[in-house]
Amino acid sequence: MTESNTYNYKVVRQFAIMTIVWGVVGMAVGVFIAAQLAWPALNFDLPWLSFGRLRPLHTNAVIFAFGGCALFSTSYYVVQRTCHVRLCSDKLAAFTFWGWQAVIVSAAITLPLGITTSKEYAELEWPIDILIAVVWVSYAIVFFGTILKRKIKHIYVANWFYGAFIITVAVLHIVNSAAIPVSLLKSYSAYAGVQDAMIQWWYGHNAVGFFLTAGFLGMMYYFVPKQANRPVFSYRLSIIHFWSLVFTYIWAGPHHLHYTALPEWTQSLGMVMSIILLAPSWGGMINGIMTLSGAWHKLRTDPVLRLLIVSISFYGMSTFEGPMMSIKTVNALSHYTDWTIGHVHSGALGWVALVSLGCMYYLFPRLYGREIYSLKLIEVHFWTSTIGIVLYIASMWVSGIMQGLMWRAVNDDGTLTYSFVESVQAMHPFYIIRFLGGALFLLGTLVMVYNLIKTVSGSKPVSAEIPLPAAAQ
Amino acid sequence: MADFTSAFWDWFIIALTLLSIIGLLIFTLKVGARKFVPGEKAESMGHVWDEDLHELNNPAPRWWYLGFIISIFWGILYLFLYPGLGSFSGYLGWSQIAQYEEEIAQAKQTFGPIFDEFKNEKIEDLARNPKALLVGQRLFSTYCTTCHGSDARGARGYPNLTDNDWLYGGDSVAIKTSIMKGRQAAMPPWGSLLKDAEIHAVAEYIRTLGGLSADDSLAAKGKANYSQYCMVCHGANGEGNPALGSPNLADDIWLYGGSSKKIIESIKDGRNGLMPPHENFLGEAKVHILAAYVYSLSR
Repeated sequence: MTESNTYNYKVVRQFAIMTIVWGVVGMAVGVFIAAQLAWPALNFDLPWLSFGRLRPLHTNAVIFAFGGCALFSTSYYVVQRTCHVRLCSDKLAAFTFWGWQAVIVSAAITLPLGITTSKEYAELEWPIDILIAVVWVSYAIVFFGTILKRKIKHIYVANWFYGAFIITVAVLHIVNSAAIPVSLLKSYSAYAGVQDAMIQWWYGHNAVGFFLTAGFLGMMYYFVPKQANRPVFSYRLSIIHFWSLVFTYIWAGPHHLHYTALPEWTQSLGMVMSIILLAPSWGGMINGIMTLSGAWHKLRTDPVLRLLIVSISFYGMSTFEGPMMSIKTVNALSHYTDWTIGHVHSGALGWVALVSLGCMYYLFPRLYGREIYSLKLIEVHFWTSTIGIVLYIASMWVSGIMQGLMWRAVNDDGTLTYSFVESVQAMHPFYIIRFLGGALFLLGTLVMVYNLIKTVSGSKPVSAEIPLPAAAQ
Repeated sequence: MADFTSAFWDWFIIALTLLSIIGLLIFTLKVGARKFVPGEKAESMGHVWDEDLHELNNPAPRWWYLGFIISIFWGILYLFLYPGLGSFSGYLGWSQIAQYEEEIAQAKQTFGPIFDEFKNEKIEDLARNPKALLVGQRLFSTYCTTCHGSDARGARGYPNLTDNDWLYGGDSVAIKTSIMKGRQAAMPPWGSLLKDAEIHAVAEYIRTLGGLSADDSLAAKGKANYSQYCMVCHGANGEGNPALGSPNLADDIWLYGGSSKKIIESIKDGRNGLMPPHENFLGEAKVHILAAYVYSLSR
């Protein structure tokens, strides 16, 4: 077998393994910092173990290390298989793997040392930012180069979403990271004041929209129809929701800056676009879930499909919650409270993590030529993690709304009913529940790790031949 | 400051916003409107990828399509009612600053009389008035506890308000002034003037003033420097000076810690305690009640 008639599974496999590794690391750090919030003694008075430094480590590890590796892995798999060609460059693909790992390791070293730009989800300092940009452009070349070589004229819908994700993240990263270095490890943002805040949240919200949504919708569009063995519900719907999603998301960032120094017209526009965004987001959910029409019974017997479908349900729930929270009057209550953290995690655990892990259950057996070791353990994983998510988000809803109400409660003389520390005290039980929820989610993932190790141990990596494209029906 | 540097950018934003939203509307109406005639079933698009992936072409669910259209119209309406199109201030004339000012004015009107009621009473009397103390305690827990603690016992660097030891005086006028105008303490750093050994000696001497155990021979050496540099503010016997806010060193209260190490730190690097002024944002009526509450704590 020559290289030209097989798929490049090596890089897919490498990224798949690191998805699991970084997933466990990122979640474990998350559980630890959740415990720190409930029991502050766990900061141990060590700067590099303190919440302030570990929190960005957690967010970077789960978003860019875990989520990023899952996106690389699945996009390389999907683009090859739906174009019926090998990746356009094995060398460049290998560079994206090692380059991305180098980024992650640098993040894991610099963030606990307190080296940070202080921009949320863009904390890494300028030398690492440059490496990210180089890796990302290489990723774009490999992905679009492969699309150019495709053997099927029509580009499959999953690739539109992966493509939009790759292009937009490049633009977001480069614009928001623009900075003036003053030393090897310190730089200052190129923007000042409210413009800096606006650029940051234009980036921040679209990191959610394109990294954590568009990219993962790409996953959904390949793995859900494959696992269900059903056709995609609606090409038409995918057209409308793809274009309206990528168009509308880019305007929605200002809802992170309601009631601030940001000009009012910008706030209003961000809110309006966030409300309009509900339908485009739900278009993806409908297309994913309705792909199961005629195959609903499979949910009873196939735990992988169930993981995927539940993840789409969480996607629908958090994309409903998001527009609601962007309404100024709701935001006046929810902003700066735990509700935001709960919202993020219903998206991050419920949608991003579950859909990624579901895809990994699909990929590992195919990459190693083995049946999955235990379906029963996938069931265990599914229930453990789902209960974990529910505990997490429900406790944050209660805690967040409680905080918001406590902060605005006034006595009959107009003074505040509660001092800040009283609201902190009231949050404590919910912080413990959140910690338990996160721990359960991590436990579920560890069950998966065991299952996957059992699946692949002793197997040989698969080298898959490229099938001829099927003739159009 | 205006949001736009010229009318061009104003119109640019308005045009871009309206064209974008209307474009989205037209696109959605055009692509999304299709529905089945009775009996019609979804056709396949005819493409096959990766052996068995293909697509049906169902119409978008009607409820979803209509909801989408409604949300776009709602958006246009909102931008007409509220400030959202460049510098157009919206049909309703709402603004966040006006909302803030209105709420503040309303609060002043509703709650102002409650505070004003106590304004002309003496602080010493208010400190025995349960009604005033309840209001005072509420104000205290909002504005003061972050530094002075929920129990008003302070923390390192933040004075205890219950011990009847006062940096700037504990009578009602002094307390009220501290809250109204704030206080800026300045213990200068002596590290560049005195050698480490000299500072250590002064620190030991200061410990003897406070009745703490100290290295007597070192303390004796430190006395001269104390008299030369420290006595001006802290007094011959370390009794301090409320006029300057310089702490009494002869009691057992140590704002920044009484260990040799901490005293050396204070002398070497100086200290800059800061009590922020509250006059502008609380107003005199509230400060008056707050002063009474603080006054009551140590009596």
